[in-house]
Amino acid sequence: MSQLSINALPQIGSFALLLALALAGYSFLVGLFALILGGRESDYLGETARRAGIAAFGAIVLASVALVTAAFTNDFSIAYIFHHSNRDLPGPYKFAVLWSGQEGSLLFWSLLLATYGFVLRLRYKTDARLFSHASVVIAAVQVFFLLLLNFAAHPFAVLAGGNIPADGSGLNPLLQYPEMVIHPPMLYLGYVGFTVPFAFAFGALVMKYPGEKWIHITRRWTMVTWGFLTIGIFLGAHWAYSVLGWGGYWGWDPVENASLMPWLMGTAFLHSVMMQEKRGMLKTWNMWLVFGTFFLSILGTFLTRSGIISSVHAFAQSSIGTWFLVFLLMIFITFGVFYILNFRYLRSEHKLESMLSRESSFLFNNLLFVIACFTVLWGTFFPVISEWVQGNKVTVGAPFYNNVAVPIALILLLLTAIGPLLAWRRTSFESLKRNFMWPAAGALSIGALMMILGVRPWKDIAYFYSLMAAMLAALVTFTVVSEFVRGGQVIQRHTGFSLPGSMLHLYHRNTRRYGGYIVHFGVAVVIIGILGTPFNREAEKEMGFGDKMNIGPYTLVCQSYTQDDNPNYGNEWAIINVFKGNEQITTMYPERREYKASSQPQTLPRIHETWGEDLFLVRDLYLVYEGRNQDTGRPIIKAHLNPMVPWIWIGLVIMIFGTITCLVPNAEPIRATVPVRVETVPAVGAGD
Amino acid sequence: MTLTMKSFLRRAGQFSLIVVALFTLLGVGDEDARFQYLGHHMMCVCSCGQVLLECNHVGCQYSDRMRMELAAAIDRGDNDDLTLQSFVQKYGPTVVAAPSTSGFGRVAWIMPFAALLAGMAGLVWIVRAWRMRPPPAIADGIQPLRGPELERYREQADKETHL
Repeated sequence: MSQLSINALPQIGSFALLLALALAGYSFLVGLFALILGGRESDYLGETARRAGIAAFGAIVLASVALVTAAFTNDFSIAYIFHHSNRDLPGPYKFAVLWSGQEGSLLFWSLLLATYGFVLRLRYKTDARLFSHASVVIAAVQVFFLLLLNFAAHPFAVLAGGNIPADGSGLNPLLQYPEMVIHPPMLYLGYVGFTVPFAFAFGALVMKYPGEKWIHITRRWTMVTWGFLTIGIFLGAHWAYSVLGWGGYWGWDPVENASLMPWLMGTAFLHSVMMQEKRGMLKTWNMWLVFGTFFLSILGTFLTRSGIISSVHAFAQSSIGTWFLVFLLMIFITFGVFYILNFRYLRSEHKLESMLSRESSFLFNNLLFVIACFTVLWGTFFPVISEWVQGNKVTVGAPFYNNVAVPIALILLLLTAIGPLLAWRRTSFESLKRNFMWPAAGALSIGALMMILGVRPWKDIAYFYSLMAAMLAALVTFTVVSEFVRGGQVIQRHTGFSLPGSMLHLYHRNTRRYGGYIVHFGVAVVIIGILGTPFNREAEKEMGFGDKMNIGPYTLVCQSYTQDDNPNYGNEWAIINVFKGNEQITTMYPERREYKASSQPQTLPRIHETWGEDLFLVRDLYLVYEGRNQDTGRPIIKAHLNPMVPWIWIGLVIMIFGTITCLVPNAEPIRATVPVRVETVPAVGAGD
Repeated sequence: MTLTMKSFLRRAGQFSLIVVALFTLLGVGDEDARFQYLGHHMMCVCSCGQVLLECNHVGCQYSDRMRMELAAAIDRGDNDDLTLQSFVQKYGPTVVAAPSTSGFGRVAWIMPFAALLAGMAGLVWIVRAWRMRPPPAIADGIQPLRGPELERYREQADKETHL
């Protein structure tokens, strides 16, 4: 590419961003004006606003393409590219440069929002007036992000002084990992996606939209968004596990918490919205839940970027925190005003008939999700509150969350098991007892078996939590299975199909319900993965050639060390043979890299999964080459033995499968094959 | 004397609570367990943001020294509070991985449970208010079903439609 065209990229990008701001501003203001004006003429104005929104998408795509092209063409005249890329950065990571820094990630956020808005504006004929309201809300959010991009965090700002460096500073080594090309987009698709259900909910509130159609319209948006956020969170955990080298996957870091909060609130919304759909209840609550989810998504971004909370993940501290704070205040006030004006329209249509009902289980489920969310929010902000009140910051880390959030999570798990057994309106105690008896007996048996096999809950509270979690996860699993079997038996009675065939038909016939059960099962599997944590073991040793280290049933023998070099980094790795008894089961290669552009080191742990060897069924042997002892020069190897962890990733796959199932339309019910007596109908002549 | 179902459930609940309390409180820790416990309740102060025993930076200026100090404190027989206090004095309050259970730190621990209790109370109030609401009006001439007959129909509807 010629020098001229390379230098044109900052101009193209800057112009595209300005154009996008103008178009989004037009879409917001003219769309708003058209809604206020009403009448047939305003429809034409509204149409121009819709088209401006679509055009803004085009402009943002152009800006994003310009930034990615700048990364691929090594245009280090752009400060962002200089700080986050270098010539020898592999291609996929150059693409990931788009979301690797403050300015680029804001552009990426804007791109995703524009994409959601683009799809929404194309589908406006579903309900033109409701979509117009939603379009205006999305345009307003878009304007905020484009204002940021144009005036506070410009991704196309050029380096001061006019000198173009020969090479860039390189991408943060921790981000040079395949999952980092997928994790942020998934997370952002989740964060940004919650704008859509909020936009529809807010639109429905403003126009006092009759009925629950907005919920039907947004159901899939919400499910898809929730699915993306779930994948994003778990990929983040898997990345932490595979790259950071401390042997864990969740550190209760403020930035991790920032992603968990909208997920918890969004999960509460996904449950409670069913009460509005089926019974016309909890309308106010749902409105606040969907607002809360959106608000927490923006709050998470504020946390990550404002620098008010210390975090290893946070972007550089900058002034954009103030922008976010003002925006958060504005959306809270705007939503609050419209709620006060229109809250009467949100009255429930039915009353709660019994405490033993699906409705009441949803109420408690929602309360627990919101309290869990509050706990995470409270723990995240407590250091700031503490500094404000008593002048010194405190740390709120894993011990706090483990002691406070885990009991709440256990009660939630219990409700996950009981909830599906309760019918809408009311359930008799006898019916609950009948349906609950076998799953409960199964769960107690699992608990007893674990204690027989050596789990001692009195030794440590963590063991007690593990035992409870195992029993409750088993309870959820058995409940799900019993629901499939009971439903399958009903179909079997009516159709004469086999039980598995009946269960499959049942599953196709009510994908949303049984998809939901699959998600519950996935959650139970994830919990099984987490409950192995108290049984983790670790060992560390300086290992020369032939040295041995024991961990659990394994003996690690150091065979040798080797080195390599490529343009991006130099690396060194250990070759460790793993024995169980006298049998060699594998060889592992924990690695340590030194990136040239940034001069930063990175450890790359190696993980070996062992299936079916003992009670824990599966565990990870996790080796880290930590580097060399500065005094002796000898390499240090750290080994972790983490039982059950692979179940977490398997649980995620099940959760996503369940979520996708929920999105599939229901199959037509099959006709019953039970013969019916038909009476002869007298013939009717023409003209009768 | 035979127990009614209600009193049986109450006694079973009380028994479960005692068992849980025993399991929780009777744990006796050895020195290694205390090292693990305290090491996981402190942060490394090298600004890696990791728990002391999970800091994996080779050449870290702090973690090795802090671990040795922790082991020495346990060997001396210092109790948990004293050990944590000595670390706070040396490295500042952020060395402890969770707020203290005294002073303002107590608020951190209380708030989530207070919110849970308040939420429960609010929920009970809402449920009661909902249940007190008058039933929807029924058209003239229709006799509402109540009692066992209504239950029978509900049971039948549930059986036939519950998939």
